Amino acid sequence: MPLGANNVSAMDAELARALGLTDDEAGAVCRILGREPNHLELAMYAVMWSEHCSYKSSRRHLRRLPTEAPHVLVGPGENAGVIDAGDGVAVAVRIESHNHPSAVEPYQGAATGVGGILRDIFTMGARPIALLDAIRFGPLDDPRSRWIFEGVVSGISGYGNSVGVPNLGGEVAFDDCYAENPLVNVLCLGVMPAERLVLGRAEGVGNLAVLLGSSTGRDGIGGVSVLASAGFGDADADAGKRPSVQVGDPFEEKRLIEACLELLDAGIVVGIQDLGGAGLTCATSETASRGGVGMDVYVSEVPQREPGMAPFEVMTSESQERMLAIVAPGSLDQVREVCARWEVRASVVGTVTPGARLRILDRPGGEVLADVPAASLHEDAPLYDRPMARPAGLDALVAADPARLPAPKDCGEDLLDLLVDPAWVYRQYDHQLFLNTVEPPGGDAAVVRLKAPGLPGAGGRALAISTDGNGRWCALDPRQGTAMVVAEATLNVACAGARPAAVVNCLNLGNPEHPEVMWQLSEVIDGMSEACTALGLPVIGGNVSLYNESRGRDIDPTPVIGVVGLIDHLDRRPPGVRLVPGGRLVLLGDAGLDGTEPSLGGSLWALRAHDHRGGRLPALDLATHGRLVDLVRSLVSDGALAGVHDVSDGGLGVALAEMALRSGTGFTVGGVGGHVELFGEAPSRVVACVAPECLDDVLGRATSAGVAARVLGEAGGDRLVVEGLVDLGVAGAAEAWRGAIPRALAPV
Amino acid sequence: MSARVGVVLFPGSNCEHDVVEAIHALGGQAEIVWHGAASLPAVDAVVLPGGFAHGDYLRPGAIARFSPVMEAVRAMAAGGGAVVGICNGFQVLTEAGLLPGALQKNAGLKFICTTVELRVESTNSVLTSGMTPGGILSIPINHFEGNYTCSAETLARLRDEDRVVLRYVDNPNGSMDAIAGIRNEQGNVVGLMPHPERACDPLAGSNDGAALLRCLLAAASGVRAA
Repeated sequence: MPLGANNVSAMDAELARALGLTDDEAGAVCRILGREPNHLELAMYAVMWSEHCSYKSSRRHLRRLPTEAPHVLVGPGENAGVIDAGDGVAVAVRIESHNHPSAVEPYQGAATGVGGILRDIFTMGARPIALLDAIRFGPLDDPRSRWIFEGVVSGISGYGNSVGVPNLGGEVAFDDCYAENPLVNVLCLGVMPAERLVLGRAEGVGNLAVLLGSSTGRDGIGGVSVLASAGFGDADADAGKRPSVQVGDPFEEKRLIEACLELLDAGIVVGIQDLGGAGLTCATSETASRGGVGMDVYVSEVPQREPGMAPFEVMTSESQERMLAIVAPGSLDQVREVCARWEVRASVVGTVTPGARLRILDRPGGEVLADVPAASLHEDAPLYDRPMARPAGLDALVAADPARLPAPKDCGEDLLDLLVDPAWVYRQYDHQLFLNTVEPPGGDAAVVRLKAPGLPGAGGRALAISTDGNGRWCALDPRQGTAMVVAEATLNVACAGARPAAVVNCLNLGNPEHPEVMWQLSEVIDGMSEACTALGLPVIGGNVSLYNESRGRDIDPTPVIGVVGLIDHLDRRPPGVRLVPGGRLVLLGDAGLDGTEPSLGGSLWALRAHDHRGGRLPALDLATHGRLVDLVRSLVSDGALAGVHDVSDGGLGVALAEMALRSGTGFTVGGVGGHVELFGEAPSRVVACVAPECLDDVLGRATSAGVAARVLGEAGGDRLVVEGLVDLGVAGAAEAWRGAIPRALAPV
Repeated sequence: MSARVGVVLFPGSNCEHDVVEAIHALGGQAEIVWHGAASLPAVDAVVLPGGFAHGDYLRPGAIARFSPVMEAVRAMAAGGGAVVGICNGFQVLTEAGLLPGALQKNAGLKFICTTVELRVESTNSVLTSGMTPGGILSIPINHFEGNYTCSAETLARLRDEDRVVLRYVDNPNGSMDAIAGIRNEQGNVVGLMPHPERACDPLAGSNDGAALLRCLLAAASGVRAA
């Protein structure tokens, strides 16, 4: 491609491409600077304009999401979204992916995913009080998938436990499409007094930029560009990307959290910003441009792990456990004192300047190595309207109705194959620290009390959090599939008695240069938008992870939705996923009654039993769903239910079985027409276990709420009985369920 | 008069606020003591809380034993004052030589966070005086290195001298003789892997840990638990 006067020379174009910039992007840098960029400047634009940092393929579409509501204090675009939880308490939430680092180096990839999301939260002034992980892998009969799975879980456990933030679970799923590109999405939630909310902003010419925490090394250089913004080829070549994965130190992070929260408590910092993707380049340019000021940064003053590091390495390193604080000169001694107590290094590495330039100097008063408009690194990032196309084979896939598959010989055997107890995963996570955990991992939603040292008395308030995703549904119909995932997450928090209040999302998709993937992305965003609008939910933050592909195959589109729900008065434990002997089993939101046929489209059963991924998704009616969410929330918070579980993967059969196995109590239900009804995954359904004396009340309230309800049977005994279809002993089924992951990890 | 408890905060500790909260809820007074302090404030008992003191670098407790406050803790123990180490605190006490044995990696080589059943074996300790011998408690564990081990002679002494305070009903981590907690000769120093502060509220699961902490408060203020 010929280069014009405003473009970089041929040799630099070569360099720009190696750094991940296209020729057009390199040309745009020339136009912004009015000259050719030098190597350092090119490197800074390359990381900031990477897909990971700039959202250049997705930004245009993300604008369609609803983001406003009266209780939203901070929406998308900051380090974390923040909502007002009442009583002067604010809740900060963010979710992020660390997929590619985890594929290359599972332990450190996952560990630093946890570290990064924690910094996003305490950057806002909030103390992190909960982590959740949504993780997806290839099937465990493959040794590489076992290596990735065990490494990721150990990494989350090793870092999260040590850093001292409870991990409330999340979800784990296995599917072929994630075999070489696992998904590791981490959600963190923090709390703070509402008036302490801080934004990463540099203000006040003459103020100092102080780098806190670890020294800067050669790890993670190009993490956002080389690693996160390109797909995977063959395994050997990708092993070469391992040095682009950062290495975490949870003890450094723990001290950094305590020191930063103490600095914010004392009111001696003007602004604070974490260093994540794109390292110092991102933190200095973002704080400067948000504050409408410029900044000089001195490379010599950045503590370096090894001698001989080039300025571009210092400016783009993604070494972990670092924060940038903006400090007035008069407060510097106090800042140093707090940091010294926590054994956290604090180094003045820059100065806030008038104007709007970000300048990199070799030392204070020394040579200027780079000089760029600070805002141009993000505001002028390219914005792509990439071509979109509905995948060619999709119509045929949707037309392949799994209802035509042969019925199971024994529904009980098929049911056992679908049961997986995730306890092997969450037993490795400290899920009890801070004494807030009311509903531990493994249920529909985690429930934590809103309480932390220094927080205003939050009088019995609590939060319910759920993360959900379903690549099978979204592959068939990304728009409706995503809406169903949002619906499921809201129903999960309702099952804990919470009012859904905000959504965060992590959109995991394939290569945006494939028009089919861009179509999926656009549909996913529209589906999320439709569901959130219908349910009155603001989207307060998100992360887009693209290039999830390997050897040219894109993953199924997998938006992971996190919903935070508020509980005003938590005076009793939510009923949880369980059965109580003698309780009546009621299906709320019975899909059969509104005239739609039950469907096996996109069901777990069709995939597991027949490796079939086709069909049309069952219908979703968001208005009906909203009524069900309200009903379930009020039934739970009034104590009307003895047990409750939403119907999701594996349909009614799996929902009933999970309730039975978690409580060691059997059930007998009737009137289930066949395997389609047993395993179909129609949305907007909940199984409730109701004490006999409450049954009339519950059925009456369902009728008044306009929600269908059907009595299925009764809890009790030591067998799982679906008349005519399933008859299994509780003990044997429990063994199969509990042992599913351990057995897969220790193949004979 | 309510007992005053000092809760030591090492860099990397993370259960200090939980212990303070649990003791406050039981009517005791509690304050956090920085690991760098050369002396203890006027307290009736000291708790070394759970977490990862000094990042568990080298091995759990190996660096914490050198923190300045440990001299004062040692002196308090020698003077008969109540000293309890929970989880990482237990590991610190063994490294400091205030309790015998060591905690090695769990038998399954995995971190374990779950609620287990414990049997009260000895009531001759500041943590269990007033408990029912043989009583069963439901209390969470949360550790990677909780697998208690010691020499055969030490084990024999611990048994003969009634110094095994708590045993696991169903050994989760490979601990020798299913030991979950031990005491020193006098019974004023106790180390245990389970977290009693995590079992002080039925809303969060169990209230059985409160009984142990009440014993500690009673012992510390010189009154037998009712």
